[in-house]
Amino acid sequence: MRTNNVILRTVTRIVVIIILTLAVYLFLAGHHAPGGGFIGGLVLASAFVLLFIAVDMETVRKAVPIDFKLVAALGAFISVATGFGGVMFGEPFLNQVFGYVELPFFGETELTTVTIFEAGVALAVVGVVVTIILSIAEDV
Amino acid sequence: MNNIIVFPMAIPVLAGIILIFFRNNRHVQRWTSFFVMVVNACIALYLLSLIQREGIMRIDFGGWEPPFGILFVADSFSVILVLTTSIVAAVCFIYAFSSAEKNYEQTYFYSFVNFLVAGVNGSFLTGDLFNLYVCFEVMLLASYVLIAFGGKKNQLKESMKYVIINVVSSWFFLVAIAYLYGTVGTLNMAHLSERIAEAGQTPLLTVISMVFLTVFGLKAGLLLYFWLPRSYSVVPTAIAALFGGLLTKVGIYACVRVFTLFFYHEPEITHALIGIMAGLTLIGGSIGAVAYRDIRLIVTYNVVIAVGFILVGLSAGTLEALEGSIYYLVHDMIVKPLLFLIAGTMIAVTGTAKMNDMSGLIRNYPMLGWMFFVVKLSLAGIPPFSGFIGKVLVGQGAIDAGSYILLALAFISSIFVLYSLLRIFLQCFWGETIISTEDEMPMKKGWVIPCALLTAATIALGLGAESLAPYVKDAAETLINPQNYIDAVLYKD
Repeated sequence: MRTNNVILRTVTRIVVIIILTLAVYLFLAGHHAPGGGFIGGLVLASAFVLLFIAVDMETVRKAVPIDFKLVAALGAFISVATGFGGVMFGEPFLNQVFGYVELPFFGETELTTVTIFEAGVALAVVGVVVTIILSIAEDV
Repeated sequence: MNNIIVFPMAIPVLAGIILIFFRNNRHVQRWTSFFVMVVNACIALYLLSLIQREGIMRIDFGGWEPPFGILFVADSFSVILVLTTSIVAAVCFIYAFSSAEKNYEQTYFYSFVNFLVAGVNGSFLTGDLFNLYVCFEVMLLASYVLIAFGGKKNQLKESMKYVIINVVSSWFFLVAIAYLYGTVGTLNMAHLSERIAEAGQTPLLTVISMVFLTVFGLKAGLLLYFWLPRSYSVVPTAIAALFGGLLTKVGIYACVRVFTLFFYHEPEITHALIGIMAGLTLIGGSIGAVAYRDIRLIVTYNVVIAVGFILVGLSAGTLEALEGSIYYLVHDMIVKPLLFLIAGTMIAVTGTAKMNDMSGLIRNYPMLGWMFFVVKLSLAGIPPFSGFIGKVLVGQGAIDAGSYILLALAFISSIFVLYSLLRIFLQCFWGETIISTEDEMPMKKGWVIPCALLTAATIALGLGAESLAPYVKDAAETLINPQNYIDAVLYKD
């Protein structure tokens, strides 16, 4: 695709920022409201897909030089490892804890181990979705 | 609470993920996978002895108590199968070390086998119906990848069929679960059992049980086995052995669990239908086993016959029959992989799968020939080997239940098994030697050792049936008395 798509590229530059912000928002909102790692991860992956469409694949690969298969594996590893976290402390497998911590900027914040688990889910989703899209693109 | 119950599923998952990072290091891949299976076998042994002392155990994930949370339940039946799975997987790994091509090993072969084993173990251990579906999917997704490994033309053709059949049957599974949830309002297996017993098995529930039977029929190859022989015969030997040993067995396990724990109130409908399906499977499998001259197809049709045989025990439904089914299930999980490994080795050394093109192999490879002989006797149910005790008990159960036609079919099918394998033995191992000693392909140690290990296992299981008896008895008693299972899950801390 060699067409010089000025409008798409210009819009992408702005929209990607919005998508990434939304992804982070959805990821953090997921603890009490609709959202979470899976949905946040999907939105995050859509930002990458949009970049692949607007700019050619080589440029994006150069800018983000990571193997997305390993991202997926890392995400899955983090999620499973939090499951083992409970085992280490003599609690049931996959047990999660939370607590309220006074942070300097945010004030009183709820910190949970579920967030770590969800971060793993998000990474796995990003890795898998981008890998699928890329391998479909390479086939054609 | 006992976290160790989750390890047979969690350790292979974790190992499979970690191995993705060591894609190019074959040694790490091989020995980690092998070590994981050995550890799993040790855990299963420990659990088995613990269950005899403390009764059925469970682990509530994240501390969510049943019936609200998801849980794993370890009873003797599950753990015996987990133990057998781990042993078989370890042996298949040894075979894969010397037979898998290098590019297989670098494209996540060991990771996917680990995921497959995790799915199988999870299916055996789970105490939640929806979680059973999820574990089935974990196992099936791994098997989709493994069946297409290598990407040869007929593999792609068969894997297409395999994927479509399994996606459709998974969809049916989901529909059946939805119906059941809509009717009874719970997914916890013990809670389901209790509620169905309270409400009585209404005609609606019996119909839902038929949907489950269809699903497990497709997965286990009970009557609906049309997809099985060809798809199992295109995959590489080590994977075929794993598939033949494990995949259909999970379907059988699910069938036994569902029809002894939930739908046991109307046996004259459900169990009779299982009996009819098992009988037809025995007939169809027997015809298939003697009809072909391709040894891979003969071997896969033998898988089908065993499915029918094990479910004859479930259909009879007495304590002896269920004990027989469990013995035969364990026996079959050991002997079928052995049969696949030997058949695969025969194909590897001769370069053909056609019976007519092989002859006199016993002169070149005496060890392989005699191991094949042992397998044949074991599958036919000749006394010192492991098939005997299962066949006797299933037969006894069928007589007690008065199902003489099934009894006759089950034992006639044994003769067909013997005949189909005897034909291979006479044609391929006896007769004039056609491979001269110069052209002879050297037998690799990595091929003989796994076969020898499994042969030793079938002899040990046959001779040591007595030492396994208390565990099998306990497993069958839990199946006969669902209340034991319910009490352990819902009313014990």
